[in-house]
Amino acid sequence: MRGNIPPVIANAASILPLLPLEMIVRRLLANAMAARPSFAERLGEHAGRSFAIDPVDCPFVFLMRPGRNKAELRVVRRNEAPGTDARIAAPLLVLLGMIDGTYDGDALFFSRDLVIEGDTGAVLALRNAIENADLDPSTVLALPKSLSGPFNSVARAAFDRLRRLLDAPEESGPKGAFQS
Amino acid sequence: MRAVPELVCPAGTPAGLRVAVEAGAHSVYCGFRDETNARNFPGLNFDRAEMREAVAFAHEHGAKVLIALNTFMRAGSLEVWYRGVDDAVEAGADALILADVALIDYARRTHPKQRLHLSVQAAAATPEAIAFYRDRYGIARVVLPRVLTVEEIARLTAQSAPCETEVFVFGGLCVMAEGRCMMSSYATGKSPNMTGVCSPPSHVTYRDEGGALIASVGGFTVERFENSEPAGYPTLCKGRFSARGITSHLFEDPVSLNAVELLPRLAEIGVTAFKIEGRQRGRAYIATVVKAFRRAIDALASGGKIDFEELRALTEGQRDTVGAYRKAWR
Repeated sequence: MRGNIPPVIANAASILPLLPLEMIVRRLLANAMAARPSFAERLGEHAGRSFAIDPVDCPFVFLMRPGRNKAELRVVRRNEAPGTDARIAAPLLVLLGMIDGTYDGDALFFSRDLVIEGDTGAVLALRNAIENADLDPSTVLALPKSLSGPFNSVARAAFDRLRRLLDAPEESGPKGAFQS
Repeated sequence: MRAVPELVCPAGTPAGLRVAVEAGAHSVYCGFRDETNARNFPGLNFDRAEMREAVAFAHEHGAKVLIALNTFMRAGSLEVWYRGVDDAVEAGADALILADVALIDYARRTHPKQRLHLSVQAAAATPEAIAFYRDRYGIARVVLPRVLTVEEIARLTAQSAPCETEVFVFGGLCVMAEGRCMMSSYATGKSPNMTGVCSPPSHVTYRDEGGALIASVGGFTVERFENSEPAGYPTLCKGRFSARGITSHLFEDPVSLNAVELLPRLAEIGVTAFKIEGRQRGRAYIATVVKAFRRAIDALASGGKIDFEELRALTEGQRDTVGAYRKAWR
């Protein structure tokens, strides 16, 4: 897969404790859900399913169960990850690019830069809910509105640069086979 | 300067609609989050409040919203579709896209001033069929099936006036008799025509087999993508099967429609609207495709030069086709 974090960095991260990361990601997820209250509604019958969000270039996996009012989240080492209803796997940078709308999930799947397993309906529901959430870095960080414009610009430029540096897939993407 | 063809763009979510409008769509088509529209996929579509807000947003930006209620009504549950029509009118839809003749009849009787379009799902492909809908129900526009040549479209367009014609120019390509195809129903028990889901994701599975991706629908393996091959969403009609010792795409090739080179001719013969497929696609896709097509249409209208290379690049690396618009096998 394209866009992997260099193994030397990933290996170094493997010795770090996961609890601080879990606390940070829980906070970001809570921020996002508070800003987008219709998120769970859009999941419909798939709210409550368990997802493994697997950044394949990192030594950990995010386990998420989005519910009606809040989402449960845990971070575990890959070899300790339990079975889930669905798994979505790609390099971390690619997964982040799906959240902020940089990438089209279909195109990533078609080009084999994204792997999905398990309940396809649940995966589609989650992806469409994330698409509609229209999240940007400042929303996830719950920054004041006055800072959002400049912060988002800087963050996007940084991610663009990182994507090019790591040879990640090109941004956006109408490429790919199409469903009828 | 000639009349500007209308660019009709897809929106699967309110966020997708905003992106399409901001990217230059003249009209956006979308549907309610239920079985009344032919893209009834998990997480897609609009609830009633979202639809009202979306219409308001589009109108503020000078764009129209065409609400698709283009599945066929199920006996005993007609109320779901009737309510859909009423709510779409109440939301301020610029047009309803309908397929079921009984629903069209209801919409015309109940909302006599509402503009109605005939969905591709109605598969109206003859002057007689279009004239029936036009004369009986005042259908203002027909979305033509993707099985016609450009010259057939030219004759149909001329014979259908004042009913307008709309044709698909980009995206997924279904060359089945739309609205009548039963393949997915056979495999999954859910109908594209009545439940609104072709190849429903609840019946789609992927599994890894030694690096190859095996895709199944309703328990039928329909495709094996080798490690080096692009993957795709499995539909039975585009599956790869072995028959009589030959493995091939038995029904149709998994190619995308890209009719960019035909835009000038389609405009010349009087096609009113160009439609982009893809309500299931993300904002990144919508933004890229809509911007490129809007530039092309503006160039077409002003007599300027269309950047065909930009439009061709949209499907770079993938197989595309002009479909039946140019039937070389005839």
